[in-house]
Amino acid sequence: MSLRRSALQTFVQVEVPVLLILAFALAPFAWMLLTSVKPTADLALFPVRYLPSRLTFEHYAMLIERTSFAVNLLNSLVIACGAVLLGLATSVPAAYAFSRFRFAGRRQILTSFLVINMFPIVLLIIPLFVLMRKLGLIDTFVGVIIGHSTFSIPFSVWMLVSYFNAIPRELDEAATIDGASRLQTIRRVILPLIMPGLVTTAIYVFITSWNEYLFAMMLSGQTVRPVTVALQLFIGEFTVQWGLLTAGGALIALPVSILFLLVQRRLVAGLTSGAVKA
Amino acid sequence: MTQATARPLTPYGFLLPALLVTATVILYPVAQTIVFSLQDYLLYAPDDARFVGARNFLAVLKDEVFWISLRHSAVWVGGIVFAQLALGLVAALLLNQSFWWRGLARALVIIPWALPSVIIGLMWTWIFDFNTGVLNDVLMRIGIIDQPQAWLAGPRSALACVMLALVWQGFPFFAIMILAGLQTVPKELYEAAEIDGASAFRQFVHVTAPAIAGIVATAVLLRIIWVANSLDVILVMTGGGPGYATHTLPLYAFLRAYSGMEFGYAAALALMLTVLLLAIVWLYVRRQAKELDA
Repeated sequence: MSLRRSALQTFVQVEVPVLLILAFALAPFAWMLLTSVKPTADLALFPVRYLPSRLTFEHYAMLIERTSFAVNLLNSLVIACGAVLLGLATSVPAAYAFSRFRFAGRRQILTSFLVINMFPIVLLIIPLFVLMRKLGLIDTFVGVIIGHSTFSIPFSVWMLVSYFNAIPRELDEAATIDGASRLQTIRRVILPLIMPGLVTTAIYVFITSWNEYLFAMMLSGQTVRPVTVALQLFIGEFTVQWGLLTAGGALIALPVSILFLLVQRRLVAGLTSGAVKA
Repeated sequence: MTQATARPLTPYGFLLPALLVTATVILYPVAQTIVFSLQDYLLYAPDDARFVGARNFLAVLKDEVFWISLRHSAVWVGGIVFAQLALGLVAALLLNQSFWWRGLARALVIIPWALPSVIIGLMWTWIFDFNTGVLNDVLMRIGIIDQPQAWLAGPRSALACVMLALVWQGFPFFAIMILAGLQTVPKELYEAAEIDGASAFRQFVHVTAPAIAGIVATAVLLRIIWVANSLDVILVMTGGGPGYATHTLPLYAFLRAYSGMEFGYAAALALMLTVLLLAIVWLYVRRQAKELDA
């Protein structure tokens, strides 16, 4: 049915509605960015002044100079990288086992990785806090990173199993015949092949951990506080300073949006492949 | 295809790290939650916790706020998932047509889904702001309202406003899932339908709908679970208020644990939520588990 449409019809029936949907999807984000570069005086006006009277980066400067925001950004970076490392270090061998071995309990264990991903966060967060307090891991990077493995490990295992399954087993067999040990086969043959999948999974875990709020809030204190928690505290502290708040929002959201746009095609393919087959 | 040289314990060795961490951060906490729920555990006096049997659960059933939160949760899940599905379906059908900037449109539409909930709460709170919010300004300019409304402070409007933010965040997920499904429909089917003189609507009902039914069902189940559990956007935007106007079940459990420090009672609430969701989780897992034998 798409073959017969004239250019005008396509414009009216497809492009205009798509523009409307994109406007809905992007307007709140664009409004936040625009707010963050307006002078404070503009923000107090009602009716609203849409375009800034002058462009200013004073909110960004104040955020970096007067608050702990730069440190919080660094904390978020450390936590997200830690979550990626812990997630992949445990999930890669697990996903390899699920893909390449048939063993008792395989199905049950793999299914439980799916089920635990569905548990309500409130169910985990309360005892996890008590546990971390007993272990003295509250307000440490290790504590928050371990907290984030509640979602990074189950997710990574499922993503990686499908990437491993996509590599023909004949390659393993060929390597074995050539005299390679199992670990050599994994390192020289399989890992290079799943590298794109590995990178996609890593980036997804990074974004999720960077964005995460509840675990971070419960498990962090002043020392390792990430940006999401810091910004939420600013909302309480600087209620009416929307310039400062939106500048903070922009600094948190821009890196992940760009990262997401870079990998979105492959990520979407990975996330939906399972559902399409089922 | 297990290799002949593989020792029977080898696969478990590969699994061990993931299983150890998962047992520590998920299985142990879940077991703990069950234990807490049977005690009058207070965070500031953990050593005084006594076994109280089912008393927490009985108290939950008599708790008026539990029933308010449960009702809100039903409205919350039903309203959000339905709106996300409707909007996502429209978006997917449009993005499946050919136009020259389709690739760009497909990439940009996903952005809301990539953003942190704290930022989503923040940007929507700013849009709904009573004094200088852009929503009041737009609605007054086009003449829908005469004077600014306190959207998030109004007991009637607060829940709907937070739900709008969630719809905004989640509809791209439906759009990309359904789009992936649409791309598996062979073009020949549409051509054949067109030769038979089927209208666009009939083509949708007889060709498109059956082809994407499976993926829509999977996406709906996944979303129900996710939306039912999500509480961070509410926490940021209203904190559950005004009054109990935006209390949902997970938020109520969280507030009892975090502000009230009543871990025993909160654990009972969290378990009730889990039990309510179990049927949906079971349906979803059964669908996904078909994958395992692939």
